[in-house]
Amino acid sequence: MASGQQWVLVEMVQAFYEAPAYHLILEGILILWIIRLLFSKTYKLQERSDLTEKEKEELIEEWQPEPLVPPVSKDHPSLNYDIVTGPPSHKIIVNGKECINFASFNFLGLLDNERVKQKALTSLKKYGVGTCGPRGFYGTFDVHLELEERLAKFMRTEEAIIYSYGFATIASAIPAYSKRGDIVFVDEAACFSIQKGLQASRSFIKYFKHNDMEDLERLLKEQELEDQKNPRKARVTRRFIVVEGIYLNTADVCPLPELVKLKYKYKVRIFLEESMSFGVLGEHGRGVTEHFGVNIDDIDLISANMENAVASVGGFCCGRSFVIDHQRLSGQGYCFSASLPPMLAAAAIEALNIMEEDPNIFTVLREKCKHVHKALQGIPGLKVVGEPFTPALHLQLDRSTGSRESDVKILRSIIDYCLDRQVALTQARYLDKEERFLPPPSVRVVVTVEQTEEDIEKAASCIREAAVAILK
Amino acid sequence: MTESSTIMLLNGENCLRAVNGRKTDKNGFVKNHCLFQQQQQKYRRPKENHNIWHNGGLYKKPFVESFEETPLLVAVLTYMGYGILTIFGYLRDFLRNWKFEKCHVATEREEQKDFVPLYQDFENFYTRNLYMRIRDNWNRPICSVPGAKMDLVERATHDYNWTFEHTGKVVKDVINMGSYNYLGFAENTGLCADAATECTVKYGVAVCSSRHEMGNFDIHEELEQLVARFLGVESAMTFGMGFATNSMNIPALAGKGCLILSDELNHASLVLGARLSGSTIRVFKHNNMQSLEKLLRDAIVHGQPRTHRPWKKILILVEGIYSMEGSIVRLPEVIALKKKYKAYLYLDEAHSIGALGPGGRGVVDYFGLDPRDVDIMMGTFTKSFGAAGGYIGGKKELIDYLRTHSHSTVYATSMSPPVAQQIITSMRCIMGEDGTTLGQERLRKLSENTTYFRKRLRDMGFIIYGNNDSPVVPLMLYMPAKIGAFGREMLKRNIGTVVVGFPATPIIESRARFCVSAAHTREMLDTALNAISEVGDLLQLKYSRHRIPTS
Repeated sequence: MASGQQWVLVEMVQAFYEAPAYHLILEGILILWIIRLLFSKTYKLQERSDLTEKEKEELIEEWQPEPLVPPVSKDHPSLNYDIVTGPPSHKIIVNGKECINFASFNFLGLLDNERVKQKALTSLKKYGVGTCGPRGFYGTFDVHLELEERLAKFMRTEEAIIYSYGFATIASAIPAYSKRGDIVFVDEAACFSIQKGLQASRSFIKYFKHNDMEDLERLLKEQELEDQKNPRKARVTRRFIVVEGIYLNTADVCPLPELVKLKYKYKVRIFLEESMSFGVLGEHGRGVTEHFGVNIDDIDLISANMENAVASVGGFCCGRSFVIDHQRLSGQGYCFSASLPPMLAAAAIEALNIMEEDPNIFTVLREKCKHVHKALQGIPGLKVVGEPFTPALHLQLDRSTGSRESDVKILRSIIDYCLDRQVALTQARYLDKEERFLPPPSVRVVVTVEQTEEDIEKAASCIREAAVAILK
Repeated sequence: MTESSTIMLLNGENCLRAVNGRKTDKNGFVKNHCLFQQQQQKYRRPKENHNIWHNGGLYKKPFVESFEETPLLVAVLTYMGYGILTIFGYLRDFLRNWKFEKCHVATEREEQKDFVPLYQDFENFYTRNLYMRIRDNWNRPICSVPGAKMDLVERATHDYNWTFEHTGKVVKDVINMGSYNYLGFAENTGLCADAATECTVKYGVAVCSSRHEMGNFDIHEELEQLVARFLGVESAMTFGMGFATNSMNIPALAGKGCLILSDELNHASLVLGARLSGSTIRVFKHNNMQSLEKLLRDAIVHGQPRTHRPWKKILILVEGIYSMEGSIVRLPEVIALKKKYKAYLYLDEAHSIGALGPGGRGVVDYFGLDPRDVDIMMGTFTKSFGAAGGYIGGKKELIDYLRTHSHSTVYATSMSPPVAQQIITSMRCIMGEDGTTLGQERLRKLSENTTYFRKRLRDMGFIIYGNNDSPVVPLMLYMPAKIGAFGREMLKRNIGTVVVGFPATPIIESRARFCVSAAHTREMLDTALNAISEVGDLLQLKYSRHRIPTS
């Protein structure tokens, strides 16, 4: 009611007069303060760019980038490659000299096998050379499907998947399963492609000492304790062990039966990299699982490249369908890259045929490996690193000179000495700054089935002379 | 108040800026130092459908690109479609979980059931429920040369794409609009095949060693010198796989303390290489030079995050032709920017080498620029040369450094000899060094085919993305059901096409992608175009509402 309101107003005015002075003054100040805050400019946090345009221009003018690449000295040991003319078979022509080949990973001698070449030529006549597309877009040829089936049958697994580049095989397989937050236990001597796969996966990496199962068990126990503190996180963290069948860098074998025991005890999955052991170990060449008699279903993923024993190009992974099928959509090197040229796939199929027809070659290869291992014992100044049945041995210096560069130079002169006497050897190459655990420099000696007793004797005596002459 | 409208670049070239009535902004300063002013229209997905861009003198011929905006009704229907599919997906998962429906998905072993699950359920939701329905459009096996016409292996499925079986029959003479066969070198007869045959007989098929060890053949050296001559650079180096070329060499060039500026839509190999290098990565909007310039200025002025130390180097990663969009990189502007801000340019010419330019030398040739301006020219041999592998070309110091420090030369096997021979023969053919004009004819045919194909499709009323000169032609489908329907209908009419959806493209912008080849004759293109028009009417794909002015 109007009169009621007016009556309230009168009361208010009265209260106004009756209020103490300090009260009115305080209220007045507060009201003025509020008005000021309402109308002042918004308070910004100190901006990073309190630089004027002119200062920015000066900064842009002044900035000098480093050169794109640091200069490489002319006598860098890796700058000039040895040039091979002609086929890389048992007798290889290096820098114009014909030598016996102890350097290419041609374990089963299939590089210049006539049957393999004929199959490749037939395939070339039918399909041409390239595939012009990734697997998803008309790049899947019936040859690829056949090769995958044959590999799965050979290894007695459910499924196999092919990659067009050996290095990319394990480097794409690991990040497809192991993501940020997962844990991977890997051997210190793992090869570079495994290291790159681990880096791409962004998981936690824990290295255990080479072939040391106690160290691995210690790490697994520590992880178990961590899990008990945080069981919810542990339920979603995947764990993997990555090992190689025969290690490229140290030429010894992983203890697979103990690993399988650890797998079931601590609930970790095993990824096995068998590039050096596929087509070498085992009664039928099926690799380290056959060698130890381990059930192949216990290994979650076996990856190998076809560039060693199979004498083709590319790589494959095999295992159960549950595991392998995932890579068809999430393996980067599979989905985003052109598929393997069909003639190389046909060559691989023929190599598999040869391996299946004559399982005796594996025994022959292992005999030759033992022979070479024995022949290289006792060379003054050089020690043989590797198991007797591995086909790619390392010869390291007994006593290092102290600097890696001079070690490399000494080994290079031993190799040059041997090249002059028609034995082709090579140094094991590494990227010094990128490797996590850099192996010591060494000479790589590769055994193939095509080498005769005389060849082995000649090579051994040649290396012995070289060592005596240079390492005095 | 604007400053004068020309600035002198480092080389003394004049660059006319397209100045158009700049007002001063709030702080009272005029942004007059940027090379490329903010334009009135928005740059990507403009409201108007078309950008004919001259930019005063940097471009020698008109650069016509169009990315028509998605019609609103189509966008709404697409989202609805995905919504319905998701609901059905949950329903099916529920049924599968409670065993009302048979589960075709492979499962973990009994012995390992108590391990931490290898995959999270949600990761595979899309695969199980959306991808599986239209899976028959991908991974189609072929059993002939992937040339202009190919033979497909017929597949049948009795359980809605969970498993396939081969019926034993072959679908013959399918017109191939999907393989990356730009110059038609995917052939099993002719000069290239003969040379490759000889090479296989002489060298065998494989190498079994890395470049540093025993895998460096004379044929590799010959190939590298030829590639360097082809590109017009000092020196070049080849690798066995195109993907690996990027992922193994970018880490050798950039490291901690470096900055990589990469385009939004770069290929997975570039992204992987940038990640493995350990540098800081910043992404600029696709083909947007203002965005790139802003990032460059901010990077140099503010330095590394938190410490504000200056960056060691800045590397810009771009591609020649982007294969999902069909757009061509704005190379003259990128080079102008790189020179002004002293950055390094890495150009990935996977799709553009051999396909663009009057001499087939790629996007540098197309714009008539100097190959020495691009610091690192990378490309692959899979697309235009009908082989496999990748290369990097540049100054001699760069290549020497890569010879010693690249991951691929130390640890990975070198290229197979017949593949190298195929590249040598096809490259000589393109350069005209084999004495025939075959190379020139193919280049001319490719560019004719591209122009004709794009014009006809646009006239029919489809929405086509990309540059007028790019042989990669994306045709927009948008709705998820149309992806599957388009692929299948085209196959019924004996035309093999590629359809792409999420996650290779944004979720509502699924598309069909055609790759025009020099091996396609006019009749083949006409057959294909008629079929596309028929299917377009059937599926109502003719969304375009604009008519492009012919320029």
